[in-house]
Amino acid sequence: MLKELAKHIKEFKTASLLTVVFILGEVVFELLIPYMMTFIIDRGVMKGDYGAVVKYGSVMIGLAILGLLCGVAAGLFAAKASSGFARNLREAMFRNIQNFSFSNIDNFSTASLVTRLTTDITNIQNAYQMVLRMLMRAPATLVFALIMTVTISGRMSIIFFIATFFLSLALIIIMTSAVRLFNQVFEKYDALNANVQENISGIRVVKSYVQEDREISKFEVAVTNIYRLFVKAESRIVLNNPLMILTVYACIIALSWFGASQITSGSLTTGALTSLFSYVMSILISLMMLSFTVVMITMSEASAKRIAEVLKEKSDITSKENACKTVADGSIDFDNVSFSYKAGMGKPVLSDINIHIASGQTIGILGGTGSSKTSFINLIPRLYDATAGSVYIGGKNVKDYDLKALRDAVSVVLQKNELFSDTILENLRWGNENATLDEVKRACELACADEFIERMPEKYDTWIERGGANVSGGQKQRLCIARALLKNPKVLILDDSTSAVDTATDAKIRRAFREEIPDITKIIISQRISSIKDADKIIVLEKGQVVGFDTHEKLLETNEIYRSTANAQAEGNADFDKVGA
Amino acid sequence: MSEINREKGGISQTVQVVASKSMKRVISLVMKNYTKSIIAVFICIIISAIVSSISASSMQQIIDNYITPLTKETNPDFTPLAKELLRLICIFLLGVVANYTYNRIMVNVGQGTMRVIRRNLFAHMEKLPIRYFDTHSHGDIMSIYTNDTDTLRQFIGISFPQLVEALFSLVAVFITMVILSPIMTVVSVIMIFISVQASGKAAGLSGKYFGIQQSTLGKVNGYIEEMISGQKVVKVFNHEEKNIEGFVKINNDLYDASTKANGFANILMPIVAQIGNLSYVVIAVVGGYFAISGHMGVTVGTIAAFLSLVKAFNRPFMTVSQQLNAVVMAAAGSKRVFDLMDEPVEGDEGYVTLVNAKEDKNGNISESDERTGIWAWKHKHSDGSLIYTKLEGNIDFEDVDFGYVPNKIVLHDINLYANKGQKIAFVGSTGAGKTTITNLINRFYDIQSGKIRYDGINIEKIKKDDLRRSLGVVLQETNLFSDTVMENIRYGRPDATDEECRAAARLANADGFIERLPDGYNTFLHEGGANLSQGQKQLLSIARAALADPPVLILDEATSSIDTRTEQLVQSGMDSLMVGRTTFVIAHRLSTIKNSDVIMVLEQGRIIERGSHESLLEQKGRYYQLYTGKAV
Repeated sequence: MLKELAKHIKEFKTASLLTVVFILGEVVFELLIPYMMTFIIDRGVMKGDYGAVVKYGSVMIGLAILGLLCGVAAGLFAAKASSGFARNLREAMFRNIQNFSFSNIDNFSTASLVTRLTTDITNIQNAYQMVLRMLMRAPATLVFALIMTVTISGRMSIIFFIATFFLSLALIIIMTSAVRLFNQVFEKYDALNANVQENISGIRVVKSYVQEDREISKFEVAVTNIYRLFVKAESRIVLNNPLMILTVYACIIALSWFGASQITSGSLTTGALTSLFSYVMSILISLMMLSFTVVMITMSEASAKRIAEVLKEKSDITSKENACKTVADGSIDFDNVSFSYKAGMGKPVLSDINIHIASGQTIGILGGTGSSKTSFINLIPRLYDATAGSVYIGGKNVKDYDLKALRDAVSVVLQKNELFSDTILENLRWGNENATLDEVKRACELACADEFIERMPEKYDTWIERGGANVSGGQKQRLCIARALLKNPKVLILDDSTSAVDTATDAKIRRAFREEIPDITKIIISQRISSIKDADKIIVLEKGQVVGFDTHEKLLETNEIYRSTANAQAEGNADFDKVGA
Repeated sequence: MSEINREKGGISQTVQVVASKSMKRVISLVMKNYTKSIIAVFICIIISAIVSSISASSMQQIIDNYITPLTKETNPDFTPLAKELLRLICIFLLGVVANYTYNRIMVNVGQGTMRVIRRNLFAHMEKLPIRYFDTHSHGDIMSIYTNDTDTLRQFIGISFPQLVEALFSLVAVFITMVILSPIMTVVSVIMIFISVQASGKAAGLSGKYFGIQQSTLGKVNGYIEEMISGQKVVKVFNHEEKNIEGFVKINNDLYDASTKANGFANILMPIVAQIGNLSYVVIAVVGGYFAISGHMGVTVGTIAAFLSLVKAFNRPFMTVSQQLNAVVMAAAGSKRVFDLMDEPVEGDEGYVTLVNAKEDKNGNISESDERTGIWAWKHKHSDGSLIYTKLEGNIDFEDVDFGYVPNKIVLHDINLYANKGQKIAFVGSTGAGKTTITNLINRFYDIQSGKIRYDGINIEKIKKDDLRRSLGVVLQETNLFSDTVMENIRYGRPDATDEECRAAARLANADGFIERLPDGYNTFLHEGGANLSQGQKQLLSIARAALADPPVLILDEATSSIDTRTEQLVQSGMDSLMVGRTTFVIAHRLSTIKNSDVIMVLEQGRIIERGSHESLLEQKGRYYQLYTGKAV
């Protein structure tokens, strides 16, 4: 998993390496300073030689300045390396997501992908910076300081080794149990946030049923549980500080006692003892840092896992090599096609579909909720792959086409459609980035979008808010149809795309399709009989099977489902929704 | 963030931030709930700080008073040293205990305060008017619970005790230094001053770039969210490469800002640390001079003590520079937390309440303790007399004007009368004001002028909770909760039995699909029913309303996601639900509204036509036009 992530350090390897090098430099210079102190005291102060004091003093100042330079350099390189690593990761994830097929997208919710790209990456960035700066620094300080203590006095250094052993053992025990508890806390925390989220989005329901007080008491229980767990986890962590202080004090006492006897016996100098005192803190603080770094890394492990999941997710729909780049015509064949969202699992969503659609035909699709209308059309531009059987377009298996070419030839207006924050013109140009204004206008005329666009203050330059928030549902649908038309496709699929458009405009769009783009194969999914009854043929779907494939008149005679739906919608055939918007 | 001047760095900035209004409130909240704990914590911190400065100066004592004399003796006696060390052990143990005690207490204080803040935040939010939720993005509200309270947790649990400790140990160390050697103290203070100046500069720059980083991060978030939620459209239009291009650009901006922000933050520590080392050297050199020349009473021990004292003196400044960002973030976070808590809650001046009632032969209404199926409005007059009015479900609008903002009226001059058991339908285009009218009946919003009466009572006189209890609402956007199917149906009437829940589900025709779910009625709905189709969710919310059994129903596109055939099934259930209840229906399907008693055609906030289906068709007006799809 870490390997998967580490691959993306790429051009920031140098910066990462330099960080480590400079950190080591900083550590060395920093630790040499107390060592030099031995000389100042023993050779200078004790002997009354002020020249020696100044000499060693200047060396020490030099060391401190070098240490400062190393520290600053390390800090800057660490920032560059970690920000760069985060940038690369983010870009790699975004690129991979762009390659996702529909079924890949279904595997992740939008919210979870956004979290992975933002919060999780930030966690990794911080952890990586910490690793670069601390993970090397702490052991290096520890090792180097221990070496120095051995150099100063082999026997006295035993005290340090014992202290180090004792403290690390204690830290390991504390931290492992705390991390386990913290993971539990975070799970509960997620559940709590989900609860808040539900209350925010469902506030109308809460208030309508006057359930505020019950929700509050439910929340209170959850908060109290979290409180208990948090206290339990943190009361372990707070042992760290007193333990470290205890060790420091123990070292001071031990150093004084054993130091005194060594000094009197002449095997240790006063200066050396002073230096040893100052290594106490360095060693123990570095242990402390090490334990915290390890905890940070353990905690960011979950983020790393979530990122790696996205990076590793391979698109299951790709173009063949030497794939065909042109689609001959808009004829479509389904040959014994079955489909389920999870291959080999559960009931097939579509079973044994055999359909032939000639190029240029208009085909309606009708069926109840859950009859798999959308799944059916998704197979045509290979948004999903059939589990069994084959789909042909222009006489060729869809899998033999280049994906881009196929999707350019098959234009789908999705049921849940999106506009993006940009001008109307640029949104429409998604269909064809080189389209001229005239071409765009023509597509809008066909989709009956021109009338309202022309009425807008800035016409085609009108800014669309995120998600198309500033246009009505019907306007949005018409813009999406125009955008799909700009592709100049061989096949045009409308998945319930005029549901919010009033009946009259809907009829106008259909007329335009019939008269202006007769060569394009048109597939129209609708709940409204009126939208599809003029089609050359209508497919009636029921529970994933084709139960009727004929003209309106014939189906009225022979197909019970079609007839009952038609009767239910008889009279007027009208929808009152969003009319004239 | 605006209240904090980020250009000013270091200590003065920290002081400023801590002194900001919202931080004061956090601190006073802590003080109020945990007065005794905080006093104990302060005492322990003081003890701990004193002990740690004693430990720093103890080396001078030991070297000068015990070890140096020992070297001069031929037969060294270690007893005085042993005694002294024993004394120190006791002092040190006291310090360790004090340190543990205040850290442990702070866990309770920090987490306890978080618990209070979370609870108050949620309780307050639940009481806010709908307007608040309509005018604030749900993501922003959510972020108060996740990000902002988390910054507070960090502050109360970690930064606050560390800053207090830093302050006390600074004082303790300073006093020790002055006692040991005033002249050496001056030297140390000068060095610290330089250090503070330098680190302040770096902190200021870092803060500035952190601000830029946050806003760039916001842009990246926005881009990702928009593109990923539209990912399927992106695929259909082969727009992947273009998207990557756009992303790479803002991603690079983020990289730049992040490198600068972290860079300046990273150099803070080395600066403080190395200037600390420099002061260490200066102490040694200056101290060495005094010790050799014998001036100012400086000894080798003094130097040794000052060497560790100067480190101890430096540590609080390190702490402050480490905690700086946490404190600034907590200040911004607490401001948003308190902004929400300061939002005025939904007011309620109503005094008429809803009670279960009995009716005797003469039609007299009296209050009942049990659920009788009959309700009455209980009117308490100023003279103390009680009047009961039977709840019938008559609703009148009289000259109602309404606007979401005061000077932009969206509903004009609405007059309507819905009598007991009638079905009133609203039709019209999006934005005509259909949903707005229903929002006024249950007082999610209050009208600007005119009157709405419920059984002859001005709804402003009815307690909001009771008003809403009498109204069942089924919305297009079904909101279910993470709980079992059964509990979701029970939502509106917590005391209902399982059998009553099942009956309600059968009434709404939800029974069939529920039985097919893996655990039937006990199936747990994750993420508010992500595993159900939109149509199934609507059936569940109809069942929920059916169980609540309210005398008045508001159905706002309640069946829009159910296909025509299934709707016919639901319709029979809905029809039996509507019997005897006043019902307001918003729908775009003919089948749903055709049999209404009155259909109101709304356009731009006005009722332009009203009447039964047949009479409206005869009028050949807007309704006819909408209905037939023909221009008149």
